[in-house]
Amino acid sequence: MAAHNLKHALFCAFITLLIAYPILGFNLKSEGMNLSLTGADAFTLVMVFLAAVIVFGFQLFREPIMGSLRSIPALAPTKKPEPMTENRRVKIESRIITIIVVLAVFWPFFVSRGSVDLGTLVLIYIMLALGLNVVVGLAGLLDLGYVAFYAVGAYTFALLSDYLGVSFWLALPFGALLAALFGLVLGFPVLRLRGDYLAIVTLGFGEIIRILLNNWTSLTGGPNGIGGIPEPTLFGMEFGRRIKEEGNVSFHETFGIAYAGEHKVIFLYLIALVLAVITALIIRRLMRMPVGRAWEALREDEIAARSLGLSRTAVKLSAFTIGAFFAGFAGTVFASKQGFISPESFVFLESAIVLAIVVLGGMGSQIGVILAAVAVTILPELAREFSEYRMLIFGAAMVLMMVWRPQGLMPMRRIHIELKQQE
Amino acid sequence: MLEVKNLSMRFGGLLAVDQVSLDVREHEIVSIIGPNGAGKTTVFNCLSGFYKPTGGDILFNGQPIQAKPDYKISRLGMVRTFQHVRLFGNMTVVENLLVAQHRHLNTNLLSGLLKTPDYRKREQKSLDRAAYWLDRVGLLALANREAGNLAYGQQRRLEIARCMVTEPKLLMLDEPAAGLNPAETKELDQLIVSLKEDYNVSVLLIEHDMNLVMGISDRINVISQGRPLAAGTPDDIRQNDDVIKAYLGEA
Amino acid sequence: MSEQLLYFIQQLINGLTIGSAYALIAIGYTMVYGIIGMINFAHGEIYMIGAYTALIAITGLATLGITWLPLILLVALVCAMLVSSGMGWAVERVAYRPVRGRHRLIPLISAIGMSIFLQNYIHLAQGSRNIGFPLLIDGGFLFGSEDTFQARISYMQITVFATTLVCMTALTLFISRSRTGRACRAVSQDLGMASLLGIDTNRIISATFVIGAALAAVAGLLLGMYYGSIDPLFGFIAGLKAFTAAVLGGIGSIPGAMLGGLILGVSESMTSGYLSGEYKDVVSFGLLILILLFKPTGLLGKPEVEKI
Repeated sequence: MAAHNLKHALFCAFITLLIAYPILGFNLKSEGMNLSLTGADAFTLVMVFLAAVIVFGFQLFREPIMGSLRSIPALAPTKKPEPMTENRRVKIESRIITIIVVLAVFWPFFVSRGSVDLGTLVLIYIMLALGLNVVVGLAGLLDLGYVAFYAVGAYTFALLSDYLGVSFWLALPFGALLAALFGLVLGFPVLRLRGDYLAIVTLGFGEIIRILLNNWTSLTGGPNGIGGIPEPTLFGMEFGRRIKEEGNVSFHETFGIAYAGEHKVIFLYLIALVLAVITALIIRRLMRMPVGRAWEALREDEIAARSLGLSRTAVKLSAFTIGAFFAGFAGTVFASKQGFISPESFVFLESAIVLAIVVLGGMGSQIGVILAAVAVTILPELAREFSEYRMLIFGAAMVLMMVWRPQGLMPMRRIHIELKQQE
Repeated sequence: MLEVKNLSMRFGGLLAVDQVSLDVREHEIVSIIGPNGAGKTTVFNCLSGFYKPTGGDILFNGQPIQAKPDYKISRLGMVRTFQHVRLFGNMTVVENLLVAQHRHLNTNLLSGLLKTPDYRKREQKSLDRAAYWLDRVGLLALANREAGNLAYGQQRRLEIARCMVTEPKLLMLDEPAAGLNPAETKELDQLIVSLKEDYNVSVLLIEHDMNLVMGISDRINVISQGRPLAAGTPDDIRQNDDVIKAYLGEA
Repeated sequence: MSEQLLYFIQQLINGLTIGSAYALIAIGYTMVYGIIGMINFAHGEIYMIGAYTALIAITGLATLGITWLPLILLVALVCAMLVSSGMGWAVERVAYRPVRGRHRLIPLISAIGMSIFLQNYIHLAQGSRNIGFPLLIDGGFLFGSEDTFQARISYMQITVFATTLVCMTALTLFISRSRTGRACRAVSQDLGMASLLGIDTNRIISATFVIGAALAAVAGLLLGMYYGSIDPLFGFIAGLKAFTAAVLGGIGSIPGAMLGGLILGVSESMTSGYLSGEYKDVVSFGLLILILLFKPTGLLGKPEVEKI
């Protein structure tokens, strides 16, 4: 047994060296036409060797290590907490949420402009993640092309404003509805597909949209994108220093205060906040309605769901459509925030990030997803030195979550329903 | 109520079901028995619309249903359970029953979002119906437990309750007694008879447990290797030589 | 020969070349799917890593002053295959084995995570820009007259095609004759039964990943030379296309992977040659969607019946 363990540990260490040394141990440098190879610095080589040693040690002492890890309750793979009674829990939750929302409303007035901008980005990702949560977390449909709906929302606004001078408020419902339409259109071909195939086809769909956006230059401006996207106005008041649209007045003049760049940033943030809250509330409501239960039934066991009369078509399409609708919201806000959009912002990586957020947060759980969105957007900003490792850590985190805790950091809690005793 | 004529199901080279005919009338319990691999579940799958039969006719209340998809057949009033229990494991017991009642609920999005009176009334009625059936199968105390966390016997009962909550006309049970101990089997026995007697539901049953089958069936169909072997009352079947040979020959 | 015909033949030649390389990568997908029913999302990255390793080996040898071509190619091939195989083995152990058998979404997300991880691993190790890959096999022969259009088959193209044929033959022989190969077939038919019969299914599954990875490495070397440059993200698109090829030919079927690869390669080069190079990816994805809509089991695949 020990000998076998030793052999296995040695093998694993060898593999670690095999996959790490050639890649990390050398650096390819292109100098003009020539290619040269240099050895990596000492630090890297030491790290590689160290990794092999760690792997060796881990494999050798695997049993005792895993045993002691398992005994730490916080790391236990499945944990369904059940301490308080339902009513009390709901009350506490509502109170906490209200406090957080109120804080979120007043927060931007006390921080720098950059932070508020970041806050808006967080809210955009929250909307995206909540929307994707419907498709992936609730309905169990692995959509890897979600970014396409985001793009539709953004480009609808950009095009409407470019060609027809449409304002933010008018573009918002249009963008969302058009995105929903695309969701419906995507939904049809994938109706019969199982998990993995569904994932690939939606990925393909997302890529097709991006390629079309990139190449249909006459409509979308191609890689140069579309600029000049207006910010939202408040009852016709613009937040810029000077008026851009005829007939509008400017906010700072109307209220007699000095112009500040913060105004429009804060205003957009507040709009994003309102939209995000609306998104969360609507989806929360849907989850308790027959349509939401149907989504979950589909995820749990499609065959059982069909055997009870649920139409797979209707359920899948509703999930795609509604999920896409909220991506449209996010897209419109994003377009306004940047003022300019291009296909660069809508690559598969975005879909992967949103997916990572849903997975890390806990598929189905709205609160978990929101927290994960905040974490994923903010952490890279806080740890600037690690920013190049950001995606590497994402990838590793996704794998780790699936292996260790597939239900996410905050697994979805079931709704408790009181039933009356029947006579 | 249900008429099956010359049902056949071919998978490539394999003829799994060959000219099987049976019928189920109002207010009766009909069983399908036969050695393992005889094709019984395949018959169920054809009847419930999960497979499209390659031959034969299936009529439910006079309406041909052999070409209909599974969810439509279920909506006509024919629901089934599965050999390996298929519950919505991560949903609570009561949620399982609510999903099943989606036809009785107001599925209009706006009504739900705005919580209209009609929506609330239907929702309450569904909850009541769910509570009733949970009580009936003895699972009311577990209403908010996740379905996947129930004991096996409880899961089986939940599956039946889930079917009943759809107010079916014909209930198809695929080996409901599999894995149950004698006490549970007796309860199941009483439950199925009560479904027929008190709720006017006809039951079509696949089973291996002979005591159960002989005890509660009004009529029995025997299938062996996809082909019909015999049909009749329990007494007829008990004395049928072919049936005895099919079973003994299998040992 | 008319100019049109020559042009068409050129596209055909190009397509068959790319297609055979896709086939090599597609084998990895199809074998893994046939055995454990999941898409190895990270397979494209394994192919990419093979290409990088090959380049590192080639450059290393050049730095050492070695110039004998067959030796360079051989060493590069062996290094690439070793590293890719090791990577394939590691990926299976770390990201797939622990989650085997759980709800479908879980291994898939794990695979995507792995894919992102590997892309960034190379990005961090070797930089994100393209790196030129030297074309070591130069030259070709032309046909057609000089004053119209001349079609060209390069030696590189012949090498790609020939290498693929050799690999395919070797693989087919391996699967049908060797003990491990038979075990692979048994496991892909019925995992439970195979393990009851005493086959170490874990070992076989690992072997499947390793074989797929090795073939992907070969493709990495070949296509790296053919395209002339590599970057950390090029495995992703190639992987998707190879997957499309696997599905096209019938997932789980090795001859299907070859057929699918060729069809995909030719469709792409025809699109590139007659419409626009920009849209060739759209054509690939379009083909994927079409085949999944109308014949999900692919051209050579067996129809699957869902067990209820």
